[in-house]
Amino acid sequence: MRLDLTHIQRWIVPGSRVLDLGCGNGEFLQLLRDQRQVRGTGIEIDPHEITSAIARGLNIVEQNLDRGLANFPDQSFDTVVLAHALQAVHFPDRVLDEMLRIGREGIVTFPNFGHWRCRLYLGTRGKMPVSRFMPYNWYDTPNIHFCTVKDFEALCEQKNIRILARDVVGNTERQPLLASTWPNLFATTAIYHITR
Amino acid sequence: MGIVEPRIARFDQPLPLACGRDLADYQLVYETYGELNEERSNAVLVCHALSGNHHAAGYHSAEDKKPGWWDECIGPGKPVDTDRFFVVSLNNIGGCHGSTGPTSINPRTGEPWGPDFPPLRARDWVNSQARLADYLGIDCWAAIVGGSLGGMQAMRWALEYPDRVRHCIVIAAAMKLSAQNLAFNEVARQAIMSDPDFADGHYQARGTVPARGLGLARMVGHITYLSDHAMASKFGRDLRSGSFEQGDEQNVEFQVQSYLRYQGSQFSGSFDANTYMLMTRALDYFDLAREYDNDPVAAFRHSSCSFLVISFSTDWRFSPERSREIVNALIAADRPVTYAEIEADEGHDAFLLPIPRYMDVFSAYMRRVGVRN
Repeated sequence: MRLDLTHIQRWIVPGSRVLDLGCGNGEFLQLLRDQRQVRGTGIEIDPHEITSAIARGLNIVEQNLDRGLANFPDQSFDTVVLAHALQAVHFPDRVLDEMLRIGREGIVTFPNFGHWRCRLYLGTRGKMPVSRFMPYNWYDTPNIHFCTVKDFEALCEQKNIRILARDVVGNTERQPLLASTWPNLFATTAIYHITR
Repeated sequence: MGIVEPRIARFDQPLPLACGRDLADYQLVYETYGELNEERSNAVLVCHALSGNHHAAGYHSAEDKKPGWWDECIGPGKPVDTDRFFVVSLNNIGGCHGSTGPTSINPRTGEPWGPDFPPLRARDWVNSQARLADYLGIDCWAAIVGGSLGGMQAMRWALEYPDRVRHCIVIAAAMKLSAQNLAFNEVARQAIMSDPDFADGHYQARGTVPARGLGLARMVGHITYLSDHAMASKFGRDLRSGSFEQGDEQNVEFQVQSYLRYQGSQFSGSFDANTYMLMTRALDYFDLAREYDNDPVAAFRHSSCSFLVISFSTDWRFSPERSREIVNALIAADRPVTYAEIEADEGHDAFLLPIPRYMDVFSAYMRRVGVRN
């Protein structure tokens, strides 16, 4: 299980309704169902991931986030999750609005482009960072909207989105203090619990 | 599935029909595959489409060339796994393969019903299927599965008998026909009616067969079941006879022409024209939400099962958009739904074919359908 997913579990109220945007193979929804009795729905476009998620007994709707979420009624879920997908959608700002229209609360995780390694890579080599964590070349990547911790918080402020909590995953689990003290430099993954 | 044998269930309790008449007594021909468990909780109902029948899987004899129409999906290890499920497949009333229909004798007149057979709607089929479930001792279906018109029956079940179905699988269907769908059905019926041998439906009494009209109806229908791409790759502009040489005044015949004519003549030899009229009208009438203030969300609130909805990318008869309407209504009604849109070149016919992703999704879903109540 990816670290950001184990982190956000505790923000999910047992027995609540969760919509997972870009749910992948449904690993997280299954965890929430089995450990928190959550009623979950997942949205995914990858055929193989969809089949895996169906096999887990989850309710999965094949739908492209970039074509909107208008088919989901207002405030029909307790929590809407967007884990590691914000940077891959065409209009991250609109997706955030939709998340908080459909759900009372949202949880967003994304790779922090402000991490010192990215800065060092770009600063010294003058090229877009490619690493184990971000393994794609700039011209062939699902990640079309990278942002930093600061960028995201600025967008939330501009949109009057309230940040209920922030959590970070650092480079190693041994230095959690660095990442939580200076997230924009040391967080590899940023995790936000948001509402309106 | 091996060799299978059709059975007949007779009913003498009148069946009230949506048209206001009763069907006094009637019979249903059906097949079953797999074993019913002791709790009678592993039964799956297969609803057939426009021209289908009870013979969905296996062979009737060792000499049979073709298996049942959905043999790809029903059998040991297949999506509807007969090692787990007890599968029931019937010919609907109004049909022409053994269940009471226009070719049956009207007990009042002693003559074939012909065009006087009462008009039917999907709900009539569902009600008769519920009687068959009673007859077989099945209180609740583990799943009801149907493609196209069969999917409409499955949805109607979910609304009419919510406590008698746990999973509803709706493949390449729609909540109602579009104007284009209605138009194609009308052309098909006009083709049948314009055949002098149809004789206003009384052909059986006169000893004629409206083969040309029914064949033409099937040709029109068949075009709508295939995609442009499927036809192009299957036939292209290949010639069966003649040539484009200048100086040659013989008409050419394209492969697609002879294929369609073959389909038409095959069909008209095995299907009844009055049944075709009746089935296409039932399709036309179907509107899932009509009795619920035309609100599909309100309609689906009456259901209490889980849904699997599947569509095919090149299906223009019941396009993915129609399936998404079903899915969106289920989402708005807060009902559990899984939806997959399968990339397939074959058009509407794809629901009958073993397309790998389709089989994967269908199998993965059916594996989670429990065999206990």
